[in-house]
Amino acid sequence: MPEAYRKTLIRQIAQHAHSEIIGMQPEGNWISRAPSLRRKAILLAKVQDEAGHGLYLYAAAETLGVSRDQLLEQLHTRKQKYSSIFNYPTLTWADVGAIGWLVDGAAITNQVPLTRCSYGPYARAMVRICKEESFHQRQGFEALLTLTRGTPAQKAMAQDALDRWWYPSLAMFGPPDTGEQVSGGHTEQSMRWGIKRFSNDELRQRFVDMTVPQSEVLGLTIPDPDLRWNAERGHYDFTPPDYDELFRVIKGDGPCNAQRLAHRVAAHTDGAWVREAAAAYAAKRRAETEAA
Amino acid sequence: MTSEWPLWEVFIRARRGLSHIHVGSLHAPDAAMAVRNARDVYTRRGEGVSIWVVPSDQITASSPDEKDAFFDPAGDKVYRHPTFYEVPAEAKHL
Repeated sequence: MPEAYRKTLIRQIAQHAHSEIIGMQPEGNWISRAPSLRRKAILLAKVQDEAGHGLYLYAAAETLGVSRDQLLEQLHTRKQKYSSIFNYPTLTWADVGAIGWLVDGAAITNQVPLTRCSYGPYARAMVRICKEESFHQRQGFEALLTLTRGTPAQKAMAQDALDRWWYPSLAMFGPPDTGEQVSGGHTEQSMRWGIKRFSNDELRQRFVDMTVPQSEVLGLTIPDPDLRWNAERGHYDFTPPDYDELFRVIKGDGPCNAQRLAHRVAAHTDGAWVREAAAAYAAKRRAETEAA
Repeated sequence: MTSEWPLWEVFIRARRGLSHIHVGSLHAPDAAMAVRNARDVYTRRGEGVSIWVVPSDQITASSPDEKDAFFDPAGDKVYRHPTFYEVPAEAKHL
């Protein structure tokens, strides 16, 4: 396996795994505040899925000869990144619905092509993840639909969540394919290697085309005055996200970057005694078995 | 303690009558915890009725680099397949 291919895959799979793990936080914030037992059980299952997705992906990365400890170390020291979307706060219950509908919807758009990428362990992890993400997206849509069919205040809450999550969701597809930001990107090489199969702008357009009709079912307004169907192109025209903001958030200057990472490091540090106790218990049992 | 928990390969039988199939791997301190973790990581939606876990370092694999030479002996033995043989159409149940 070419070394550059291996390195690129480790970087991408690790970033993906870290995103799943950090992505538990914005929604975990609402588990204890969910409006009903049904919603709470659903949210618990979803956050547990995110942990599972992180584990599938760490295992896929480890097949490339990097250890779990190294991967976590790189996350905790900010040498590897996670998706910038998780550095935005979840201010209301409607944000949980918006994350499922938009953020998981964008993730699915990104991830479905990866189920056919050139590296088998990554592709197989993505098959499993995409199946489970479908539940995530539908539960989010249903939660928002419940709000938009509720009181005027509930509908306003849903609209406010869409207003705040729309552009960060568009930014999840990364920088545009053209312009000065493209020079430092990995797209061209990754497409040659079969790791990436569609460009950022192609996937972003696909997401917008899918999502606009869904917003109409919800009765919500996408916060883009220039959004309109372009019959000539057969696609919606839309305002791109603020890429300068995207780069600021990636560099660490988002609303929640420090909080997210501090929480992750604290969870890891606070859990050390559990990992050590389990290993000590296993060693003791092994010694007893060997002595007997 | 800095050493990682050992790595286990996970095999799941989806239904009675099917064989166990490799689904992925995970870290766990011992075999019992590996089975419990495998249940939580790989069967959250009723994907299995039985789990095997095997320490990854106990698996011996054929070498990918020698794949062609290693499997070459079967390459020229088409007569091992039933479709190799031509039989008259009137000979039934063959």
